[in-house]
Amino acid sequence: MQEKGLLATLARLIPYAGKTLPRLMLGVLVGIAAHMFALALPQVLRDLVNGLGENPSVDFLIGSVALFLFLGASEAVLVLLRRWLVLEPGTQVEARMRNHLYEKLETLPVSFHDQWPSGQLLSRSVQDLGLLRRWISFGFVLLIANVVMIAVGLVILFNTHWMLGTILLISSLPFWLRGFNYQREYGLASRQSQDQAGDLATSVEESVHGIRVLKAFGRGEQAAGLFASEAKELRMTELRKARLNSNLWLFIILLPELSIGLSLLAGVYLISSGELTLGGLVSYFATVMVLRWPIESLGFLLAFTLDAKAAVQRFVEVIDKPVDIAEAASIREIENPQGKLEFKNVHFRYPDAPTNQRDLIDGVDLVIQPGQSVALIGITGSGKSTLTALTTRLYDVTDGSIEIDGVDIKNLSFGDLRSQIAMAFEDATLFSASVRDNVLLGRPDASEEDLHQALEIAQAAFVYDLPEGVETTIGEEGMSLSGGQRQRLALARAVAAKPSILVMDDPLSALDVDTEALVEQALRQVLKGTTALIVAHRPSTVMLADKVALLQDGKITAFGTHSELLKSSEHYRYVISSFDSEKQVII
Amino acid sequence: MSTFGTLNEDQSDLNKEDSKRIRERSFRLLISLIEPVKKRLFVSFGAGIISQGLRVIGPAIIAYALDTALPAAVEDDQIPLLVAVGGYLLVAIATASLTAFFIRFGARINQDVLLDLRQRMFRHTQKLSVEFHERYTSGRVIARQTSDLDSIRELLDTGGNEMIVSLMFMIFTGAALLILDPQSFLVLAASWIPLYFITRWFVRSARLQYRKSRVASAKLIVYFVETMTGIRAVKAFRTEKRNQSHYSELNEDYRKITKRTIQLFGIFDPSLIFTGSVAMSFVLLFGGSRVIEGELGIGVLTAAILYTRQFFGPIERVAIFYNSYQAASAALEKISGVLEEQPTVPEPENPTELKNISGELNFKDVEFHYSNKIPILPKFNLNIPAGQTIALVGTTGAGKSTLAKLISRFYDPVEGSVSLDNVDLREVSAEDLRRHIVMVTQEAYLFSGSVADNIALGKPGASREEIAAAAQAVGAHEFILALPDGYDTDVNKRGGRVSAGQRQLISFARAFLADPSVLILDEATSSLDIPSERLVQQGLQTLLKGRTAIIIAHRLSTVAIADRVLVMEQGRIIEDDSPGVLIAGDGKFSKLHKAWRESLV
Repeated sequence: MQEKGLLATLARLIPYAGKTLPRLMLGVLVGIAAHMFALALPQVLRDLVNGLGENPSVDFLIGSVALFLFLGASEAVLVLLRRWLVLEPGTQVEARMRNHLYEKLETLPVSFHDQWPSGQLLSRSVQDLGLLRRWISFGFVLLIANVVMIAVGLVILFNTHWMLGTILLISSLPFWLRGFNYQREYGLASRQSQDQAGDLATSVEESVHGIRVLKAFGRGEQAAGLFASEAKELRMTELRKARLNSNLWLFIILLPELSIGLSLLAGVYLISSGELTLGGLVSYFATVMVLRWPIESLGFLLAFTLDAKAAVQRFVEVIDKPVDIAEAASIREIENPQGKLEFKNVHFRYPDAPTNQRDLIDGVDLVIQPGQSVALIGITGSGKSTLTALTTRLYDVTDGSIEIDGVDIKNLSFGDLRSQIAMAFEDATLFSASVRDNVLLGRPDASEEDLHQALEIAQAAFVYDLPEGVETTIGEEGMSLSGGQRQRLALARAVAAKPSILVMDDPLSALDVDTEALVEQALRQVLKGTTALIVAHRPSTVMLADKVALLQDGKITAFGTHSELLKSSEHYRYVISSFDSEKQVII
Repeated sequence: MSTFGTLNEDQSDLNKEDSKRIRERSFRLLISLIEPVKKRLFVSFGAGIISQGLRVIGPAIIAYALDTALPAAVEDDQIPLLVAVGGYLLVAIATASLTAFFIRFGARINQDVLLDLRQRMFRHTQKLSVEFHERYTSGRVIARQTSDLDSIRELLDTGGNEMIVSLMFMIFTGAALLILDPQSFLVLAASWIPLYFITRWFVRSARLQYRKSRVASAKLIVYFVETMTGIRAVKAFRTEKRNQSHYSELNEDYRKITKRTIQLFGIFDPSLIFTGSVAMSFVLLFGGSRVIEGELGIGVLTAAILYTRQFFGPIERVAIFYNSYQAASAALEKISGVLEEQPTVPEPENPTELKNISGELNFKDVEFHYSNKIPILPKFNLNIPAGQTIALVGTTGAGKSTLAKLISRFYDPVEGSVSLDNVDLREVSAEDLRRHIVMVTQEAYLFSGSVADNIALGKPGASREEIAAAAQAVGAHEFILALPDGYDTDVNKRGGRVSAGQRQLISFARAFLADPSVLILDEATSSLDIPSERLVQQGLQTLLKGRTAIIIAHRLSTVAIADRVLVMEQGRIIEDDSPGVLIAGDGKFSKLHKAWRESLV
């Protein structure tokens, strides 16, 4: 990945500020103004007190107090104003970026999600964007205000005497040299720490999602050990950041003091040679003192800015990922959907498959006529699930094409394609929502009747016995259901979508024999008018289909009815038959 | 309303009593976190005070240089000037080094506290029972351990130490003013009244807002995690737009709450500045009038005003810290809630050691229901002799999985007891229990890492040979070798491609490697194809020799290797005999078996 400069990276934030950008800039201006008031206040105070000494009258006193109060109130109002101004831009940028990230993640293909642990995505969405909000409304504003203040201060110093100003500038040289290295090293450490925080989030996520496995094997302690070692790595990185910071601070504190010390010598020389008055030297020191805090805060603000840079980098890394499964430029429509599904010399390999391996799907040719149902059979790992995932473009074919009613699916809009085809996955994902919303996921506008019908076909009448019937919240946030119950709801979901093509990945694996028989019976009715591709492991599921396709070595090596294939294909017999030739396992 | 543990944690507007209770709870947690680093905190505190002191010396040296050294230098006596400059530089070096030390040392303390809390949270959530995890959702646990911990990290970064030093500084300044001019001090003290009320207002409103903010942030995280976990279904059913609009609503809620929270501080901070200015004005007014009447010297007035100013100087830092503290304590409230949760399946205090386990299981008068109180097992008695292989058959909801969960002690019975070799499972240490009883379920979760790592979960430190042997025994060896890097293939990178059946094979190999006395298989072969299943069964026949096994499977082929079949219905055993006898009879099993055989052809 190309490493971009600090400003170029941070500039990526500008579009998210949108209309709030002027507001943010106004906030910066107000911040500068507040700083100037803070600069002015001590001077005014001194004049007032001195004036009171020379002219002790009640009128002067009241005037002074009024002026003083006015200045104090103004500063408070300016601070209030600055904070109020930057509030909207900061939170807006954060929210917009977070929405954009979520949207992008939904668009990115499944292959992206296979590779990116969700903890890394989460840490980007939560921690990184929170950091950016704070940086925009606080770090950025203060950085500019402080730099301006330092610049103004320097001008004042040069006005006092060029030599004193030059001393300060020269003595700051080591800081700039050091700062250059620091920026590089701290930038790396900052990036590493954010990545490690993402790894940590991933470990947390896995430890929670895999809690049952960890418990069943009593490996909680081992997981905690791994987590601890990751957390310790993060700690080491944080300590490295602190070490870099402490080195920088050494310079930041020391150099101004060094220049003060030198100025003391120079000042005395200048006074004795008559080039400078005592008052001039005093005001020089007063100004340097006032500048001390903004100079020191530069160290902290620099680190903050580098953290922000790393956060932006991590963000754009995802945002800039090309969506390699996208809709075609010119979208075609299927005018009269029949539901013919055709695989034409389909090839597919995962991008990181070893080069010496054949394609996982290695030239599949298969035609499923409208209304026909085909069972897809093959041994574990033969690519059956992959083949089904290709039909809705969860992955894209690497060669050949898949067509629906003669139209290449790459030329269909996602909306069109995914409403033509409904999928029932093997691992039934339920979302934290009502039964109704879960079942009608693919067709939210379906009628009450459709819902009940789908539930009936999937033998999911158990939902009516739930505390609030179909309105009961299920999924993680709600009632927990058994594997068989979840699978039936996933099936109901696919059925309720009323697609012209139904793709089911081993849809009955978790059902008991009785329920399976009932589901099959009901499904047959649905399948009469629907094209279907059914991944099957057992003969009973195969019986649902009109024809069977055997996937072997990445190709369809046999196609026909169950009994035809039983006769003609040895591999088919091997895959589907429970009768072992040597030893009868069944009693 | 109860606020114990994580109950009602989404409630932000708590009554006084509840609010007090959870504040105390999170405060106790904070104290326990600080306890181990107490000594170092004092050192750091000391260093802070010294460096503050040194900073005060600096200006004094300059004053000395201007008042004394300068005239001397003009008189050609350079020594005072050199002393002043040298002294100044020395002080500067000391200040800078001390600050650098302070940063490193402070970071170490902070990181140690964080590491401690991270580990405590992780271990505790691991320890909590399955029942807790089913109720609390993964997204929340993740939110607690990520964004809430982040709030605490922010608090630590803001530097509590500095805050204490600043406070000390304020106290010293106040005391100095009291000695210098008691009347001005009274003016300063009067300003504490508005300060108190402003702070009280801030604390109260901020506490509520920060609580809301934690809740909103957790909701956002829960939804995010759910979408990313279910991304395939999201895409296949085109719910992207709907999700997006829901997510942006949650996001907007969170933004509004965040905005309100920051706004509070945006009012609080200028109010403090304003109070400071007013206080100074009054000191000027009263002091000035005394100067006019000749009761007060102008020098004393100057000093009094400067002290007042100094008093309000560090107040912004204190306020920033206090703000972070409010944010962090809202997070601590939630975290301490999770830490307060106790495992419903507790570890015994004096565990009975298991020795020479034969594997006999006993259910004695067991009654069980989940938290919804609907009875699953009413008065259940069962004896499984050591070494027997049991097949559990029955429709969904008959209680088969519950039985499995009781044996593996994911839950404890409500009444009665489950025992292994006549030792109540409640008296066995978790370590012992897990070594002897292992359950494999149908959801075969793979952790990031290599295939070998995932199998080795069954037996940490297993050699590659042992791992491969286990894989071979369950028929997983071939497909693993075909993966890009064989056993070293990273499942995280290629996890999407290991099929459900392959995942089950890997988790089978895991169980094989674990070598337990009692093995429970809950639908562990549901996604396997027939050849794989056949291999697994051959493996099982070797594996199960001399072990107790409970097999739950819808596919009755598994029954083949069972010594005994139990048919369950509504939490009761309705048939119990050898497979041969049951098949020959005319009971439920016989019918099931017939139906199943017919489904095979």
